[in-house]
Amino acid sequence: MLVSTALVLLMTPALGFFYAGMVRSKNVLNTLMMSFVPLGFVGIAWALAGYAIAFGSGFFLQGVGLEAKGSIPHVLFMAYQGTFAIITAALISGAIVERMRFVPYLAFVTAWSLAVYAPVAQWVWGGGWLARLGALDFAGGTVVHVNAAVAALVVAVVVGARRDYGRQAIVPQNVPHTLLGAGLLWLGWFGFNGGSALASNASAALAFTNTMFAPIATLCVWTLVDLVRTGKATAIGAATAIVVGLVAITPAAGFVSPLSAIALGAIAAFPSYFALLWRTRTRLDDSLDVLAAHGCGGIVGALLTGVFAQKEWSGGASGLLFGNPKQLGIQAAAVGATIVYSGAITFVLLKAIGLVTSLRARAEEEGIGLDVTQHGEEAYSRGEGAILILPEGGR
Amino acid sequence: MKLIVAIVRPEKLNAVLESLYRAEVRGLSISRIEGHGGETEQVQTYRGTTVKVGLTEKVRLEIGVSDHFVDTTVQAILASARTGGVGDGKIFVLPVEKVYRIRTGEEDQAAVTPVNP
Repeated sequence: MLVSTALVLLMTPALGFFYAGMVRSKNVLNTLMMSFVPLGFVGIAWALAGYAIAFGSGFFLQGVGLEAKGSIPHVLFMAYQGTFAIITAALISGAIVERMRFVPYLAFVTAWSLAVYAPVAQWVWGGGWLARLGALDFAGGTVVHVNAAVAALVVAVVVGARRDYGRQAIVPQNVPHTLLGAGLLWLGWFGFNGGSALASNASAALAFTNTMFAPIATLCVWTLVDLVRTGKATAIGAATAIVVGLVAITPAAGFVSPLSAIALGAIAAFPSYFALLWRTRTRLDDSLDVLAAHGCGGIVGALLTGVFAQKEWSGGASGLLFGNPKQLGIQAAAVGATIVYSGAITFVLLKAIGLVTSLRARAEEEGIGLDVTQHGEEAYSRGEGAILILPEGGR
Repeated sequence: MKLIVAIVRPEKLNAVLESLYRAEVRGLSISRIEGHGGETEQVQTYRGTTVKVGLTEKVRLEIGVSDHFVDTTVQAILASARTGGVGDGKIFVLPVEKVYRIRTGEEDQAAVTPVNP
């Protein structure tokens, strides 16, 4: 569990690189910071209040000690769950890169982690109503991915499209970063899914194995679809496929057989692939396709969990294929409830922050780029024309 | 003939190119440059080191045109490159002594008139 916690924490910087590779060079640092800074702010919010809301202990970590929670110490459980809150909030940033101001973004993700993530986590993992209903979500297909993707859709609509979107070509600044990010996300995801067994046991081994094989299947299918459609297998496509496969297996990891995981990963490629193509023809500037990758992948994964779950592997519930059609309905209810709740509260939070300050950067700031205007740094600076300012009273 | 040299903001380049295309100005070359045009300097901080960046990225367009095309070209650039802030750039119109088209050896006005394919 110690290793799993560290692996999941690594996913957030990895996500930063995955995203930052796909923006223009004038917005790289801003995109990275949108993943890095939730590590701080969402992390604090989780410790002070989020954990209490989601898992019913006291605020300010009252009652979180060294005693066992399941098979691991309570403090470790709290830290492990905290890494999930952080990555979920950071996922949203892919929808609003290159235009949202940094301070309102920080306020939004911090508030979102308390008002949306923590309650939804309570429903599914904290003994809430979806848990009682019997919804299966092994590592967060609904809680993390559908939840973040719906928020991403809403924030993309409320903040609005980039001014250059649909007017001029916006091309990725560093595709190798995106591939590196996808690779590190895969590594981290072994902690995300494997660790969600909350013990080093057979269930963890199953989740680990499925986390390896579902993305493998998605990667194969995606590459083949790419080849058939355009005659070329794209690198960003491969990186996306890995993430889609990982998202899709997340809710099912500890409930399905490895062969089902391969089928699930293969099926998951299609909705996301075509959602991506559809999205670029619309005015919806979900810039890095959080909805297509995490929304479609998450929903497909959550529903297919209700199809492929198997008592022999899950040690409990079965799905449609194994004699329990009702499970599919429960899965759909969990997805539906998350979509409605996350969508509504995200909208309210954004409007509330929008009353205090403007959410998006001015036209000229967007033109110059958010690295210089929001952070006062450049990602790839040559240093030409830079004049050193000596500190007052120095030397 | 005149040589029009325009310095514009990089983020306005696409708008300028589109505007020139609509004005039927066809031949041009661009280069990425850095310059200073009175804009406020950006202050950047890297750990304890604070620097003032005096040079900003710009794009320079060079367009050779016949005399009766000068005004169209200048107006197209003025209309498309303006944001209203300091740092929008400059347009210089320079006299040209001689122009040759390398492919055909054509001279002067004939050399800057686009060929019909």
